[in-house]
Amino acid sequence: MSNGPLLQIRGVETFYGNIRALNGVNVDVNAGEIVTIIGANGAGKSTLMMTIFGSPRARAGQITFDGTDITNMPTHEIARLRIAQSPEGRRIFPRMTVLENLQMGASLDNLKYFDEDVEKVFTLFPRLKERITQRGGTLSGGEQQMLSIGRALMARPKLLLLDEPSLGLAPLIVKQIFEAIRELNKTQKLTVFLVEQNAFGALKLAHRGYVLVNGNVTMSGSGKDLLSNPEVRAAYLEGGRH
Amino acid sequence: MAAVEKSEPENNFALALREAFYAGLLSFGLFFLFVGLETTQNIRNELILVQRWGLLATLVALVMVVRFVFVAFILPAAERRKAHKAASNVVAEPNFVSRNFSKLAIAFLVIFPAIAITLSGLQGSLKWIDNFGIQILIYVMLAWGLNIVVGLAGLLDLGYVAFYAVGAYSYALLGHYFGLSFWILLPMAGILAAFWGVILGFPVLRLRGDYLAIVTLAFGEIIRLVLINWREVTNGAAGISGIPKISFFGLFTFNVSDPNYIAKVFDLPTSSVYYKIFLYYLILALCLLTAYVTIRLRRMPIGRAWEALREDEIACRSLGINTTTTKLTAFSIGAMFAGFAGSFFAARQGFVSPESFIFIESAIILAIVVLGGMGSLIGIAIAAAVMIGGTELLRELQFLKVVFGPDFTPELYRMLLFGLAMVVVMLWKPRGFVGSREPTAFLHERKTVSASFTKEGHG
Repeated sequence: MSNGPLLQIRGVETFYGNIRALNGVNVDVNAGEIVTIIGANGAGKSTLMMTIFGSPRARAGQITFDGTDITNMPTHEIARLRIAQSPEGRRIFPRMTVLENLQMGASLDNLKYFDEDVEKVFTLFPRLKERITQRGGTLSGGEQQMLSIGRALMARPKLLLLDEPSLGLAPLIVKQIFEAIRELNKTQKLTVFLVEQNAFGALKLAHRGYVLVNGNVTMSGSGKDLLSNPEVRAAYLEGGRH
Repeated sequence: MAAVEKSEPENNFALALREAFYAGLLSFGLFFLFVGLETTQNIRNELILVQRWGLLATLVALVMVVRFVFVAFILPAAERRKAHKAASNVVAEPNFVSRNFSKLAIAFLVIFPAIAITLSGLQGSLKWIDNFGIQILIYVMLAWGLNIVVGLAGLLDLGYVAFYAVGAYSYALLGHYFGLSFWILLPMAGILAAFWGVILGFPVLRLRGDYLAIVTLAFGEIIRLVLINWREVTNGAAGISGIPKISFFGLFTFNVSDPNYIAKVFDLPTSSVYYKIFLYYLILALCLLTAYVTIRLRRMPIGRAWEALREDEIACRSLGINTTTTKLTAFSIGAMFAGFAGSFFAARQGFVSPESFIFIESAIILAIVVLGGMGSLIGIAIAAAVMIGGTELLRELQFLKVVFGPDFTPELYRMLLFGLAMVVVMLWKPRGFVGSREPTAFLHERKTVSASFTKEGHG
């Protein structure tokens, strides 16, 4: 492994047609860290996540992962570098069973470690084991999110990207999922890059955080610092906490 | 409770009579002008009114009888079944027939020619083996091939018949110009069709859904127009005739004049039925090959990738699946089976012309896949048997001429039958005859039991 951050985003600009969504974003994710991006609707959080995966492509700037420039790589080749993603809206395969969904996640190694890894996922999310033959589309929202994360883990990732895992879930389930992420990071030293609207939960979980406003990173710091920062509190916590 | 049950049938009959009366009234009102009166020209070119009261009465009576039967018997039966199901609330163990359906069906298909010959004699069985057996199996094979593209990979292909044409013309042309035998050309036709599948696949990779459907539709038409207009090679709309018959691996042939004609070799009476029986087993073998390959592929990484692609393309890419090659393999493997079927078709007909590869053929094959339930081999086979067999059966319904007059040709109504079947199936079984998808993953591989026969829900 090269020295320096595992994932390095330098001056990335992304456009949808002529509309600029990211305006020169710089983000570092070091190995073993949980890093979170918080921001309001339309700030460009999901765009950043998708730009890392090459669709849409960055029009300017550079993204390097583990020393490799991935800015212009096709999506599936980026995934083969062991970056796994639980995308926005979860995107599980609705007509396939839970086990088949997990199998799809393990396609990179052609199911070599399947039995072993599936047990790990079931230890992390016992609920999935109960639903093993159920179709993905018939799961509850929380279970689908667990499946989406589980599927990403089946690829034995070096970096896990999570796009709003708390979206539309009950607080108790959110807590469970955040707990699972913390657990993964602690026991398996998994690097996690987390995009969240639930700023409070995300900052409490993360080692470091970035605040994204209109396609610009306006603030960054440790999770604790950001949590106590009065500006962040005003914009994302006290207003958003209801 | 008992009292209610007793009075129920009488109530039903009264209700059914009333309903039948209303339906009759309604249909009389509807058909009075449409059917009862017809304007035509007489010999002096004058417009005259023809009265068809008999036909009108038949139609109205038919509507009344159907409505009566429906309300009096079918509806209560359906209600009872529903109530029974709800009451028992247990998933019934599938009985012997449904558990071993595919085995039984294959066994039946293997002995089908023998049954046909026993029941209707050597010459009489020709119709059953050729018009029903071979015809249905060709469509089963085509639909199973298209199932890989549409049912598994989820790529809507409206020009599938183009690959069928490629297969048929490869056999016809290469057999005609180079005199190559069927056994060499069968794999070649498959490879050529697969090659065209890739050719089509490349430009349409970025397209999905409606856009893909339009482009494949155009591709199908292009192939047909090339076949019509490239007269020097394809002989244009007149087609290619005199395509050689298939020999039994060169051991004996089916031409009466040959020294090793089958009837001479085995000392049998001369008949054209041997060739048909041979063709029947050949297409049956090709069908089984298609089914086997599909079942195997579904359990392999590429088959799983197809199904995942159908579900969610973006998720596929983020899992490291190369969607480009996945789509291309689906297109080419689907096309390959159409190529096999095409070369078989050419050999069976002894004649190919562009007329056999019109859009409606693609539509019929697609309709069979949708009716059968996308992805389900058994459902698709049933749909092909019902649709193609039904069309052939229409030819048999000559008694309808008594009702509708001597000009009535029932086979012209096959599209009506298709439409009706579509509507009925989509109302009752919106996902097709066999709508449920067989999972391919189980926690602990059961090597002893073929997974296609294990029921859902264990693990």
